Amino acid sequence: MKYTEEHEWLRPEGDVLTVGITDYATEQLGDIVFVDLPEAGREVKKGEEIVVLESVKAASDILAPIDGTITEVNQAIADDPSLVNSDPHGAGWFFRMKPADGVSIDGFMDEAAYKAMIG
Amino acid sequence: MSDTDDALPTPLNALHRRLGAKLVPFAGYEMPLQYSPGIMAEHLHCRAKAGLFDVSHMGQIVVTARSGDVADAARALERLVPVDVLGLGVGRQRYALFTDEAGGILDDLMVTNLGDRLFLVVNAACKVADFAHLKAGLGAECEVRMLTDRALVALQGPEAGRVLAGLAPATADMRFMGVREVEVAGLSCMVSRSGYTGEDGFEISVPEAGAERLAEALLADAAVAPIGLGARDSLRLEAGLCLYGNDIDRTTSPVEAALTWAIQKVRRAGGARAGGFPGADRILRELADGPERLRVGLLPEGRAPVRGHSPLFAAESGGEAIGEVTSGGFGPTLGAPVAMGYVPAAMAAPGTRLFAEVRGKRLAVTVAAMPFVPNGYKKS
Repeated sequence: MKYTEEHEWLRPEGDVLTVGITDYATEQLGDIVFVDLPEAGREVKKGEEIVVLESVKAASDILAPIDGTITEVNQAIADDPSLVNSDPHGAGWFFRMKPADGVSIDGFMDEAAYKAMIG
Repeated sequence: MSDTDDALPTPLNALHRRLGAKLVPFAGYEMPLQYSPGIMAEHLHCRAKAGLFDVSHMGQIVVTARSGDVADAARALERLVPVDVLGLGVGRQRYALFTDEAGGILDDLMVTNLGDRLFLVVNAACKVADFAHLKAGLGAECEVRMLTDRALVALQGPEAGRVLAGLAPATADMRFMGVREVEVAGLSCMVSRSGYTGEDGFEISVPEAGAERLAEALLADAAVAPIGLGARDSLRLEAGLCLYGNDIDRTTSPVEAALTWAIQKVRRAGGARAGGFPGADRILRELADGPERLRVGLLPEGRAPVRGHSPLFAAESGGEAIGEVTSGGFGPTLGAPVAMGYVPAAMAAPGTRLFAEVRGKRLAVTVAAMPFVPNGYKKS
């Protein structure tokens, strides 16, 4: 498992990466009431805004962590956004993506580094 | 003010910290945004049971006529508001608006007739200006005094009546917009049966030294939970109530803001005390001819919240903006997004389909009657 500075977690399984947001991020955002997910099949660039999250407080964007192609999105969180709050590391995942050729996630933080970052 | 270090504490600051509040600067005060359950849970708790709000940041002002006759204070205040103050019975409260010469709204407030004086509650961000406005407008015949040694708390929700009656039996038979000076938990309080959530409930003015004791006594009831500003906003939005600075300000008239119910007949054309308030020309003309635009409720069709400042359009593509959303968010009780905003009068009928632009996309919204959630006021 790897982590981004934008509080996403990245879980590699085979050649696909599952992406969600951390427990810490959901606590900061508050109750999530709306999730706008990208279309499966979309090619994305690192840093592109691909998910819109709305909490009771405000809107925020989730960025593509790397270049690649979205292979699957979690329709369950669009139907019930509270899943992101209740199970951010499990049922509240956002999307799966296939990294572009030659793209690695080795440079992202491991759990210890992420925990150090959020204090 | 951007830093909590500059913000003033209310008399309940220590209690908020003990309760684990997330404190934010608001109108110059350090206020609880939320407690650990979060905005959604706090909102739902208030609608289901009872919530306790610290609203000590608001201004509490007493107006006393030098003649000693409260009717003189009422007549004087009527020069600043398009409201029937003289007809307000003893122990009764009424919503009012300070208007400016152009017919815009300087602030909204509550006015109470306490028999020998008037008691006003005004918005925190406007209270310094309101006080100066009152001194300038009424100073010749009235003493105007800001109460800086009192806290204000609100107890709101369907269990509020039972909870407060347990501490102050004399509140049990109070009706909506009634006011009584009573002892609560041994403290001399001024209690009004009113609020800003759409629920039954009370606002309680208490000497600041006793504020924490009062709050603790109310929180001792298992039905009562502390509620922060976040849920206060979503509760008032579902109730269709205006937030000064968002939904009403100097650019909106009371008629445009759909607050004509606050302008009693006696102050309208043909009434015994018609006009005589700032901006009367425009306001009376709009009452007669209708305003160009109106504040309406808006129900977005999808799940995406439509927030304040989103432009409104008549069509899904093309055309100029026809209005703007002034408040919007997610309504936890409704389980759906809710908003309000200004639209041309011709597009203000409930059921009218409009479009709000959010992140470059036009989302369908339908004009809807307010409140979005039925209110629970104790009117009899």
